[in-house]
Amino acid sequence: MALLPMFPELLKQLFRTPATNMFPAKYLPPSVTGFLKKVGAGQATLVPPVQTPPKFRGKIEYQRDGCIGCSLCVKVCPSNAIELLEETKRIRIWVDQCIFCSQCTDICPKGGLRMTDAFLLADEDRYSENLIVE
Amino acid sequence: MSEEKKSPYIIPIGPTHPALKEPVMFTFRMDGEVIRDVDFAPGQTHRGIEWMGMRRNPVQIVHLTDRICGICGVSHTLAFSRAVEQVAGIEVPERADYIRTIIAEFERIQSHLLWAGVAAHELGFDSLLHLTWRVREQSMDVIENLTGNRVNYALVQVGGVRRDIVPEQHRIIEDCLSTYEGLLGKLLDLFLHDKTIAMRCRNVGLLSKDDALKLCTVGPTARASGVNVDLRQDYPYCAYGDLDVRAILPDQHLGETRGDVYDRIVVRLLEVGQSCGIVRQCLSEMPSGEITAEPKLAKLLAICKKARGEAIGRVEAPRGECFHYVVMEGKEAPTAWKVKASSYSNLMSWIPMLRGEQIADIPIVVASIDPCLSCTDRVAVVRSGSRSILTKDDLHRLSVEKTRRLQQ
Repeated sequence: MALLPMFPELLKQLFRTPATNMFPAKYLPPSVTGFLKKVGAGQATLVPPVQTPPKFRGKIEYQRDGCIGCSLCVKVCPSNAIELLEETKRIRIWVDQCIFCSQCTDICPKGGLRMTDAFLLADEDRYSENLIVE
Repeated sequence: MSEEKKSPYIIPIGPTHPALKEPVMFTFRMDGEVIRDVDFAPGQTHRGIEWMGMRRNPVQIVHLTDRICGICGVSHTLAFSRAVEQVAGIEVPERADYIRTIIAEFERIQSHLLWAGVAAHELGFDSLLHLTWRVREQSMDVIENLTGNRVNYALVQVGGVRRDIVPEQHRIIEDCLSTYEGLLGKLLDLFLHDKTIAMRCRNVGLLSKDDALKLCTVGPTARASGVNVDLRQDYPYCAYGDLDVRAILPDQHLGETRGDVYDRIVVRLLEVGQSCGIVRQCLSEMPSGEITAEPKLAKLLAICKKARGEAIGRVEAPRGECFHYVVMEGKEAPTAWKVKASSYSNLMSWIPMLRGEQIADIPIVVASIDPCLSCTDRVAVVRSGSRSILTKDDLHRLSVEKTRRLQQ
């Protein structure tokens, strides 16, 4: 085996389980949305996703009540995903533009912004309700 | 029948081609199977990041620089923030320097393992690709644990870092390092003692030391040709001044330097082991203290706004020297920002490497410098390249003209 060092490794691999986590199902369903509906109805089970790491930066959460409209978050957002609504002095976050750097949560003087663990944000419409936080 | 000239003939490969990971246009002048001459034109993935940066403040740009490259996310951020820190006169706390070093070395580990997998794939050795990428996952998990993300770490900020390394994380890092140190012997064995890899990589894609110096190559590409350059030893930044980092050259392991693809594999794999050692040393010597010079972002913005001057930030990225030039003139946004990714210096070495090789060697020789074209593509001026774009209107006009011509 002097010149084929990979060969024993391949033999071992035959008896190992795959390293990949089969999320959301072991085999790709014909329609992912259809599959998720089935999961909702209790007809299928979801292979759970890999756990998010500590202090993961997911979809942003905004507490409207504590906001003072200082617009500091608008100033540090690298992707200009935060908009200050002039009439109400509150912000609107376009999650489809957000790059999840968590800088707005750092600068917010009232601590009204928080990164959640939500990461399943794929959507067909970038202006869908799911992707606008206000 | 007319006698047609058969040689040399031209093979274009690119701008997008299954053998290339990123878009670049190659034109080969072939003589049979042998490459006589080669020319290439990058510039297909220009994204205008510098333009975007010049309309933002440094605190925003830091996270934009994460996105210049998907693999060396921290190198660009580090180079940029080091440039801004020099302009604004911000002194980075020592602990932040150590954390920056640790994350930069983890990035080197994962980048070199990624490259080793790609190299195996280009040779058609896909089982080795899958093995390398599986072991790479562990370093990605550590990076995820330290920074919160697998790529686009958003860890470095102007003036320091945003997250500390807590004692619980030491164990996770230590686990990963000992796995890699155990694995390194195996990886070296799998790559260097394999007959196929030796046949395909020994004396292929040769770059002599002279050429490497003349073409100003950097990083592992230069070191594999025997050029003793490594910013971590020649121009220590962050915590590297306290550490004893020496450039890894192939003759330390093999006893000779040939400057071929095989040597590039050796250098990169040995650097994985070196990086493990650096991380371990950093962890044990890391001083306690602040992790950022200015924790209040609003104050940091005010400091950056007042800053005037120009500076250069240099960092040894996994692919070689990464270079950021920043000019600030007391405004929110920098007046000028120039990025030179490491691949920019390495691309020209393709020409001497590819000359005299065969078509089948193109993928591995092209991959051997670990090109990262999306990082490289800034504004490219192609001399004597007369290019024009035909829009739909132009095509319509030409079509109408042709019909008119035929009607006459």
